[in-house]
Amino acid sequence: MRFPTTLSQLRAAVVLALCALVLLGIAYPLAGTGVSQLLFPFQANGSLTSHGSTLVGQSWKGPKWFHGRADSDNPLMANGAAGESGASNLGPRSRQLVAETRSVVRQLESLGIHPTADLATSSGSGIDPDITPGDALAQVPMVAGATGIAPGRLRHLIQQLTIGPELGFLGPSYVDVLQLNVALSKLR
Amino acid sequence: MAFTLTLLALAAVLALAWRYLGAYMVAIYRGQVHWLGPLERPVYRLLGVDPKSEQSWKGYAVSLVLFSGVSLLLTYGILRLQGQLPLNPQHLPGVPAALSWNTAVSFLTNTNWQNYGGETTMSYLSQMAALTVQQFVSAAVGIAVAIALIRGLGRRGSSTIGNFWVDTVRGTLYLLLPIAFLAGIVFVAQGAVQTLAGPALIHDTLNGVTQLIPRGPVGFMEAIKQLGTNGGGFFNANSADPLENPTQLTNFLSIALMLCIPVALTYVFGKMVGSTRQGLALLATMAVIFASWTAFTTYAEAQPNPAVAAAGVSSQPQGNMEGKEVRFGPLNTALFGVASTQTSTGSADASYDSFTPLGGLGLLTGMMLGEVTPGGDGSGLYTLLLFALIAVFIGGLMIGRTPEYLGKKIQAREVKLASLGVLVMPITVLALAGMATALPVGRAGAFNSGPHGFTEILYALTSQGNNNGSAFAGLNGNTTFYNVIGGIDMLLGRFGVMLPVLALAGALAAKQTVPVSLGTFRTDNVTFVVLLLGVILIVGGLTFFPAISLGPLVEQFTHGRFFG
Repeated sequence: MRFPTTLSQLRAAVVLALCALVLLGIAYPLAGTGVSQLLFPFQANGSLTSHGSTLVGQSWKGPKWFHGRADSDNPLMANGAAGESGASNLGPRSRQLVAETRSVVRQLESLGIHPTADLATSSGSGIDPDITPGDALAQVPMVAGATGIAPGRLRHLIQQLTIGPELGFLGPSYVDVLQLNVALSKLR
Repeated sequence: MAFTLTLLALAAVLALAWRYLGAYMVAIYRGQVHWLGPLERPVYRLLGVDPKSEQSWKGYAVSLVLFSGVSLLLTYGILRLQGQLPLNPQHLPGVPAALSWNTAVSFLTNTNWQNYGGETTMSYLSQMAALTVQQFVSAAVGIAVAIALIRGLGRRGSSTIGNFWVDTVRGTLYLLLPIAFLAGIVFVAQGAVQTLAGPALIHDTLNGVTQLIPRGPVGFMEAIKQLGTNGGGFFNANSADPLENPTQLTNFLSIALMLCIPVALTYVFGKMVGSTRQGLALLATMAVIFASWTAFTTYAEAQPNPAVAAAGVSSQPQGNMEGKEVRFGPLNTALFGVASTQTSTGSADASYDSFTPLGGLGLLTGMMLGEVTPGGDGSGLYTLLLFALIAVFIGGLMIGRTPEYLGKKIQAREVKLASLGVLVMPITVLALAGMATALPVGRAGAFNSGPHGFTEILYALTSQGNNNGSAFAGLNGNTTFYNVIGGIDMLLGRFGVMLPVLALAGALAAKQTVPVSLGTFRTDNVTFVVLLLGVILIVGGLTFFPAISLGPLVEQFTHGRFFG
């Protein structure tokens, strides 16, 4: 490899890196943003409703609401920044995981909810917006007792709002907790 | 039943990709596709490159190393300076030096190991101009090296193996860019965010909760993250985050995107060496391991989590839900994990750290086998071809003939280069994992106690050494120690394999072929597939068995014990 050849290759390397920066780092995401804002503005902006994003779990307290996964909340941090998404990352033989799950189980039982596996565990994102229909049904006695709405109507509501499996076979069925609670608030 | 349909649908999609995406890729790398000519030709003029000229393997390697070096500096620079650059609505400061080094190497080498929390560390400009760019070009470079090796096997008496600049530009423009753009639209339509506006502040009057929803240009990064077998997501929670991977459909699409190019490359290989059966033998080898690991890992994750059971949850009907998302469930999550660790993707739609011991073992060993089933974009095929050369060498020893592959005599130089390419990863990984376990500064990074803590360290160095990027994310890798050794691990795992592969491509291209005779050891039948499987499993198994027996196996067999 002669030196002038290497020099011309170095020049090509710099130019290609800059071309990639402009085309793939600027034009591609901007074109994508333009198309998204034009075709799917609701989704592209975070699926925001007046009660929050349907894709971000919230913390529901007390017996009048359906609750989500144990950790599902994305609260405002003290410094005004958004919290970081993420999981507990505790291993299957972690004493800490046993203790933390036990305290969630006690909380659920004190509200009169049978602790199902999804309600007692934390999610992968820390903001899981969904529960299974079974998790929602486990909360029907509590919500019915606190709101006076007949359990049959609540079960019907859960059935109506059950999503999936997509295409009939992809993944389990689930219920978006925010949608469920918004619908619940309209029943009152 | 539903999950069986999911597997069948995936097999059908990949079969189509193998045949049609494969044929399209053959046309791309033979220079027969021109529909983006008005964009392509000016690039060559700017580069000062004649697209018709070809390079020797040394020329190809020098261009590759120079381009990688420039990319590394540019990425590092953008990360360090993001505080002074535009598109930074959260006013995030520059990324610290050690973390910038690790991240720049990580995206350059197609690893996408993330020692940073995406939404709280990287400005929109860094995500776009530093990280997304590398997600494209690192994949294009990987495929280019695979194509160069295929040319080496397919040509006779040739002193050149193609042109690095042309292969990289064509792979980016004709293959990655159009597919990523279409997939990006699907991600956004399903709910992935794609905006340059900053985070959204929302107050819910129903329960009095105030939230700050992080946003950014996510959906289109997600598309190339999976297609380019990269894995580095916009958010810390990666593909578990509903704003990044919102539905079951996007989860399935992610799996298909990760696998489609590596699978299609076996078709490209077959066509370009003149025998589709040769490519099918490699595909069958990949499929056997991928299917076995999928069965093993999904079974493991369908089991209850022992800690959750011990906490008083009486039934876990779906299996282990700790660290998993309800919309995916354990089975689809395990399938995603296998796809992600047997390509070089490393994206995660759950916490792999919270997988059952055997589920975690399934992911870890998928990487330890060298990521060849089907492996990363390009890297999967060229690493598998190294194993294939070792397999014919062993076959040749057994029957006492000079080994041949595709009519090329495999001699001392080729066997040395193939061995080097296969051994550099295990040596690097085990040496660094041993060092990290021996040093207090390494042990301090472990988050979980007992054998699981050791697995976190082993997983981290295996993942980086294989350019995977997935993690047992409890490990605190954002320390100077892990940032520095991780960077070395990733560089050796990338260039320690690529450069021997290019040398091999040069050596093979120069050879003449010998005619097929009755005594020729065939490499397109079941016998060869079994031999190749044996080589992959024995090399990986013998190398890593002592290490995995100290981690996941101990954890599995200490029934009823909890640590910490």
